[in-house]
Amino acid sequence: MSKTAAPKAVSRKDMTRAQWTWKEMKRNKVAYLMVAPYVLLFTIFTVIPVVFSIFLSFTEFNLLEPPTFLFLDNYIRLFLDDDIFMIAVQNTMVFAVIVGPVSYIMALMVAWFINELPPKIRAVVTLIFYAPSISGNVYLIWKTLFSGDSYGWVNGTLLKLGIITTEIQFFEDADWVMPLCIVVALWTSLGTAFLSFIAGLQGIDRSMYEAAAVDGIRNRWQELWYVTLPSMKPQLMFGAIMQITSCFGFGGVVTNLCGFPSVDYAAHTIMHHLDDYGSTRFEVGYASAIAVVLFAIMIGANFLVKKILSKVGQ
Amino acid sequence: MARLRTRGHKVVLNRSAGGDTGITILLVLLGAFMFLPMLYVVMQSLKPLDELWMFPPRFYVVKPTFKNFKDLFTLMNDSWVPFSRYIFNTVFISVVGTAGHLFFASLAAYAFAKINFPGGKLMFKTIRTSLMFHATVTGLVNFIIMSWLGWVDTYAAVIIPGFASTLGLYLMKQFMETNVSGAVLESARLDGAHELKIFWTIAMPMVKPAWLTLIIYRFKDLWNEGASIYIHSEQLKTFNYAIGQITAGGIKRAGAGAASTVVMMMVPILVFVISQSNIIETMGSSGMKD
Repeated sequence: MSKTAAPKAVSRKDMTRAQWTWKEMKRNKVAYLMVAPYVLLFTIFTVIPVVFSIFLSFTEFNLLEPPTFLFLDNYIRLFLDDDIFMIAVQNTMVFAVIVGPVSYIMALMVAWFINELPPKIRAVVTLIFYAPSISGNVYLIWKTLFSGDSYGWVNGTLLKLGIITTEIQFFEDADWVMPLCIVVALWTSLGTAFLSFIAGLQGIDRSMYEAAAVDGIRNRWQELWYVTLPSMKPQLMFGAIMQITSCFGFGGVVTNLCGFPSVDYAAHTIMHHLDDYGSTRFEVGYASAIAVVLFAIMIGANFLVKKILSKVGQ
Repeated sequence: MARLRTRGHKVVLNRSAGGDTGITILLVLLGAFMFLPMLYVVMQSLKPLDELWMFPPRFYVVKPTFKNFKDLFTLMNDSWVPFSRYIFNTVFISVVGTAGHLFFASLAAYAFAKINFPGGKLMFKTIRTSLMFHATVTGLVNFIIMSWLGWVDTYAAVIIPGFASTLGLYLMKQFMETNVSGAVLESARLDGAHELKIFWTIAMPMVKPAWLTLIIYRFKDLWNEGASIYIHSEQLKTFNYAIGQITAGGIKRAGAGAASTVVMMMVPILVFVISQSNIIETMGSSGMKD
């Protein structure tokens, strides 16, 4: 029960803070009961893994013998002695810096473009843009389109037009792997954030636009910046979090497209490095250090974006 | 003050013909980028073998046939583990996983949204933080935890952690905050109704769009669940995994492979078509205010 509902709550002034809290806790027993199953599962499968990963990152651990404490050795090895990790960091950054903002702006712009369409047409267009992100492994069609033999549509067409004379091995060519993965990532990127933007735009009161027009907003771009975006700031924040998480979690798709390891590590990301040491080499301590770095990058990216978004409409 | 143009009784907003044209062109180009690969999947699945392997390749199909789908079902019938078993696994995992998630997440979401209890805000904020990182980070230790629990190679490993999926709890909590009226809950409380009863008979019926959204999000993930790292037994594997296996066999099965992709993608798409308006309604309260 909430505080206001308690008919005879003892005045808060009569008690110490601890007493008050304890009383509130007892009064709200049922709330703890309701969150208990969820919180328990969340603790086991999310909180403990994060905390335990941080602990393991300071140790050497092979799953069989008890971990031995190393302090910072894993991190020193990671940053000073692991060239492939540096490639992975670089690739992850290139990937995130391109896919993150581009997919975010694309989701926002498409949602904005379709906002004034009639509802039925809007529903169809929404489906067209949203479908690639929910359809499981349908992205593998890009492998068929860009297949390395002349039956692949892109190679076949280029050959027929005489633009190339031999097939390009798109997914085995270090120059092509990364750009293609970025294109596929963008193709599957209009997910939850996109839907959230559509809903946010729909929720803006039309009278605000009319008032803005009276106040001298001259074109749709000013309207977007001064009225629309500030009114949907909460959605912008939520969408950013969704986009950041998904663009850092794209490694599995890359593996399915380019194999593992990708040619010359051209699409090797931190996720692949983590997988390599964690599930192939069983260097769990070292893999945990990689996981902690990835975790820090993702949380850092979120705080950075939060800062940037607070400037919207100013 | 700018002069306000009106048409009928409606204010005409700042729209230029040039801008409209530019936006339309951009939208069509982006739409083509999104749609054409999907269309190509369908085209491939309808192509007879000689059209699949022709040079130069053609985007569209000339003599569409359902032979690829027939081949797919023949291959299914020949599989070592009866195909019905894979289908059962997927259905079982999807139904139990989705129901459990909906129940536990809604229960917790209600308490976070509508009861003011010490520690509640902190707990919710901690849970919300997990939206900010991808599950890869926790995968390694999760595997160790699964072995400790003895859940490796059981349904539990796939089903139970998903009960506590964060996005569902978050969306449900946000939706309840805006759509469940506090006044109604208060009067029920004054009448002496138990909180659990209020949750089940008053709050839950008010948030049906959010239910549907949670169901669909969870279902979509479980449906797309392929080869889980926790499952080794062939008997416990999913439809998605099996269909990937039987169609992975080279040139001869390319047609069946394309057909299987169409089957796999149609299900989430159909589900979304049916529920789109409810999902968008739920997303209306998805914003993050602090």
